[in-house]
Amino acid sequence: MMTDWPILSAVTFLPLIGAAFIFLIRGNDEAASQNARYVALWTTAITFLISTLIWIDFDASTADFQFVEKHSWLGGAFNYYMGVDGISMLFVILTTFLMPICILASWDSIKTRVREYMIAFLILETLVIGVFCALDLVLFYVFFEGGLIPMFLIIGVWGGKRRVYASFKFFLYTLLGSVLMLIAIMAMYWQAETTEIPKLLAFDFPPEMQTWLWIAFFASFAVKMPMWPVHTWLPDAHVEAPTAGSVILAGILLKLGGYGFLRFSIPMFPVASAEFASIVFWLSAIAIVYTSLVALAQEDIKKLIAYSSVAHMGFVTMGIFTGTEQGIEGGIFQMLSHGLVSAALFLCVGVVYDRMHTREISAYGGLVNRMPVFAVIFMVFTMANVGLPGTSGFVGEFLTLLGTFKANTWVAFVATSGVILSAAYALWLYRRVVFGELEKPNLKSILDTNRRELSYLVPLVLLTILFGVYPKPILDVMHVSVDKLISDYNQALMMVDQVKYALKP
Amino acid sequence: MLYQAIILSPLLGALIAGLFGRTMEAKVSEYLTSGLMVLAAILSWVAFINVGFGGETQKIELLPWITSGNLNVSWSLRIDTLTAVMLVVVNTVSTLVHIYSIGYMHHDPHRPRFFAYLSLFTFAMLMLITSDNLLQMFFGWEGVGLASYLLIGFWFKKPSANSAAMKAFIVNRVGDFGFALGIFALFMMTGSINLDEIFAAVPSLVGQQFTFLSWQVDVMTTICLLLFMGAMGKSAQFLLHTWLPDAMEGPTPVSALIHAATMVTAGVFMVARLSPLFEITPDALTVVTGIGAITAFFAATVGLVQNDIKRVIAYSTCSQLGYMFVALGVGAYGAAIFHLFTHAFFKALLFLGAGSVIHAMSDEQDMRNMGGLYKMIPQTYAMMLIGTLALTGFPGFAGFFSKDAIIESAYAAHNPLSQEAFYLLVFAAFLTSFYSWRLIFMTFHGRSRATPDVLSHVHESPKVMLIPLFLLALGAVAAGFAFKEYFFGHHYAEFWGKALFTNASNHIVHEFHNVPLWVKLSPFIAMLLGLGLAYLYYMRMPGLAKSTAKLFEPIYLFLYNKWYFDELYDYIFVRPAKWLARQLWQVGDRAIIDGLVNGIANRSLDVTGKLKAMQTGYVYHYAFVMMIGLTAIITYFVVTGGAGQ
Repeated sequence: MMTDWPILSAVTFLPLIGAAFIFLIRGNDEAASQNARYVALWTTAITFLISTLIWIDFDASTADFQFVEKHSWLGGAFNYYMGVDGISMLFVILTTFLMPICILASWDSIKTRVREYMIAFLILETLVIGVFCALDLVLFYVFFEGGLIPMFLIIGVWGGKRRVYASFKFFLYTLLGSVLMLIAIMAMYWQAETTEIPKLLAFDFPPEMQTWLWIAFFASFAVKMPMWPVHTWLPDAHVEAPTAGSVILAGILLKLGGYGFLRFSIPMFPVASAEFASIVFWLSAIAIVYTSLVALAQEDIKKLIAYSSVAHMGFVTMGIFTGTEQGIEGGIFQMLSHGLVSAALFLCVGVVYDRMHTREISAYGGLVNRMPVFAVIFMVFTMANVGLPGTSGFVGEFLTLLGTFKANTWVAFVATSGVILSAAYALWLYRRVVFGELEKPNLKSILDTNRRELSYLVPLVLLTILFGVYPKPILDVMHVSVDKLISDYNQALMMVDQVKYALKP
Repeated sequence: MLYQAIILSPLLGALIAGLFGRTMEAKVSEYLTSGLMVLAAILSWVAFINVGFGGETQKIELLPWITSGNLNVSWSLRIDTLTAVMLVVVNTVSTLVHIYSIGYMHHDPHRPRFFAYLSLFTFAMLMLITSDNLLQMFFGWEGVGLASYLLIGFWFKKPSANSAAMKAFIVNRVGDFGFALGIFALFMMTGSINLDEIFAAVPSLVGQQFTFLSWQVDVMTTICLLLFMGAMGKSAQFLLHTWLPDAMEGPTPVSALIHAATMVTAGVFMVARLSPLFEITPDALTVVTGIGAITAFFAATVGLVQNDIKRVIAYSTCSQLGYMFVALGVGAYGAAIFHLFTHAFFKALLFLGAGSVIHAMSDEQDMRNMGGLYKMIPQTYAMMLIGTLALTGFPGFAGFFSKDAIIESAYAAHNPLSQEAFYLLVFAAFLTSFYSWRLIFMTFHGRSRATPDVLSHVHESPKVMLIPLFLLALGAVAAGFAFKEYFFGHHYAEFWGKALFTNASNHIVHEFHNVPLWVKLSPFIAMLLGLGLAYLYYMRMPGLAKSTAKLFEPIYLFLYNKWYFDELYDYIFVRPAKWLARQLWQVGDRAIIDGLVNGIANRSLDVTGKLKAMQTGYVYHYAFVMMIGLTAIITYFVVTGGAGQ
């Protein structure tokens, strides 16, 4: 059953309507703030509920775009063109799922400019969902770059002490990529005479042009991932961002790069992708080992988790560029799983940060004595972060490594050593924060997770374990779309080979 | 349903005790988890009788797990004789340990958590031994690792327990690194990780080569060695053994269950389960033999000089696991599993007995502070004596049959290292006997060295702890002669069915009977020598040990410090890793990458004229750039008239 009403637009723009409502709320008193919170919560919750219809009605047996909407826009110059396939659909759900959690996590911790904060989050939601639904390159660009603006604001206004430095660094990193991508988009239009993504997917760009386009897109996506060595904005951004900002950053914004590779780089520039694959492999493998080691040396909880995020994204880029089913599906799964697990880890940090107002690892120790429930929840996510089988963290890691081993044993070898390092930094963190004697005097009265915190942590625990034991609902959605991606990719490579042979005297 | 019930009852117990233990009486958790384990154990014996004697290999699909491309893995159970033997070992010992813990842990405020972990461990172990594919085995493999981590660190306030727990998990991950690579390589070469499909595919891979890293290597040898690396980690074999002695930081019942009877034997189980792979890969079997023999010898030497009663037994476990690997290496898979089976009983008995001693001595573990206990705790003493007789291979006891079968197989085998292994094992048998009797003499005989305060509290353990000891003692006495013909004797073929694979040329199960008499006698003589020497050192001339240690001080220190492995690893791995971590962070990230970015940032700020009040102005900056871009596109479209449409 396909819905005949514009469900994607509804899900995309509903948050904007909520934002407008909050904008209309008058006054700066506590009542206005409380109203803003409730409006934001209801809006995001309803958006999530509607978005589940997309999953329910999704037809997993076709690789075509579904729920397609197409309207002429800007005087017919290009289209408002939306649709999802098996690669993008679940990212929409992930976004709508995490948003109400973000609102809940900000409930007590954000005390200033609550209205503006909620508006920023709702606009952010619209823009991010838009990225995953857009089927027009210009529309994609608007959502993709526009989404960063509320994120800058969230870090820059509601962030920690060095928030300006952090958002500036974030800005600088993304600037170059944005400019290059913009030029590339114009070049693509000039060559293909369309900005419609489905048409571009079928278009064969000349190989030498692919190289330049690939590099331009890579400049943008690699920063968003982030890949080594353009990752250093992430730890700073995380450290300064409020908890919910980190959740969105790690949970969703980091996936934009990976999604970009899957939507543009691989299918549109297959020849260049194949050429650059080994560079991506090595950057990924280095990222896994390098950032895992750096994580080991961290003294700030959030920085440690941020570095571990970079390592986990290394598995994604490595898997995607193998061009194998296991690699790509593993990469997508890893992104979705990381969306849950890293979000949950930052939420856990938020729980203790709200109580103690410090992220220093050395300020903690022995929390299990006062916070047994928190200790169990944090243990589950620590193990998911380590990639323990039975948690969602394992499935993606395993599949990407399995795919990579076929492509390059050295890279797989180096990347697999990440399983040792991840155990080291994650358990080392857990031990210093949770285990031990409760000795610090200011921790003596710390309280365990409250009902509001449990309301979002428990579902995350359940999903992390559910998708570790039974990942089928997620994998089934993507099989057909990924198969098509791979067969198109291989066909394109074969054609190029044939041309090469044909040209030989 | 029988098998589902066996697997799921520990999980059910773990979930209930884990989730609701805090809100219930501790007794409820204890009795519930133990009761479910009794059920699982009884059903396991039923399964053993059904399957072990003429049963077919059964497979039960539970749930699809991961499907991607040609990879297709399910949660499923594979039931054959090997599984049935392991079910019996795991569930029997686990049940007895659960019951014993009711007594042993009765002072502890966190009992529900303890029992939840024990049951969780049992569940993971059951998933491991029933797996029909390598991924589920890996799930169980890491699952038992998690449970082991949680149980070693059970007393989370103790820094030493926390370190030991982390060490166990991380060292095991080093092994798992190899295991995972082995799985990847197998999948690449055979297109499957389901056991039957692998078994069908591997014969055609014999002699083939593939590129692994930068080298052309033999496919099967590489795969088997990578998988064996996992086995080395889990079974604490030489080089990856360092976590096991430290794991004794956990409560003693844990040591008995996980670090003696079950989890550490997972490596042995894995190689036996994958006998169709290893059997056709002689080079890998040679390595298995070598590592096993070195471990058997190395661990026994270290066990000679340890003073902590649990550490002596831990090194003994390590050493006995080495025996099992030698058996696997020479193709005597039945003998390896036989020793696994008997060892589970007598080693669990020794550990639980040691726990009873520790319990009686108010948590004292140093044997130098014991002595003369046999009159005060006679039942524990008798049980420890039975365990020691079984371990040292006293004729008639369980260990005698299984250990001698291994030693004789090593002699009879045709593997390039089997002769060396034979001599090392015989010598290790002598060392085993010495350190085992040393333990008995130091703990139970001679004059008491405990403080009067401790002595006044010495008491025999309660029934709930003693009855599990009696049952294990029964196994330590009878498991050998009752089962020898099935595991590694006349009924070998009918008993094992297709569970263990041997080449047509592998006749070890017959050949080991035909070794010369001196070979058959050698372990017995070694045992007697060890006993005699221990008697001389610790009963007749108690000062002799000290003066010998003085005389050979370098050797003594070398052994006492466990061949300096911890120091060596700290020096080679831990410190460089920490140093590198700091360098990459401070130099790589901060100085180089950030330095570059900040440099560009300053430059660009100069260019834009140093907007001082920027604060969050970068955002507008950014929006500005984006708007320019959009304007450019739109202008372009308007000018060209949207030519693409």
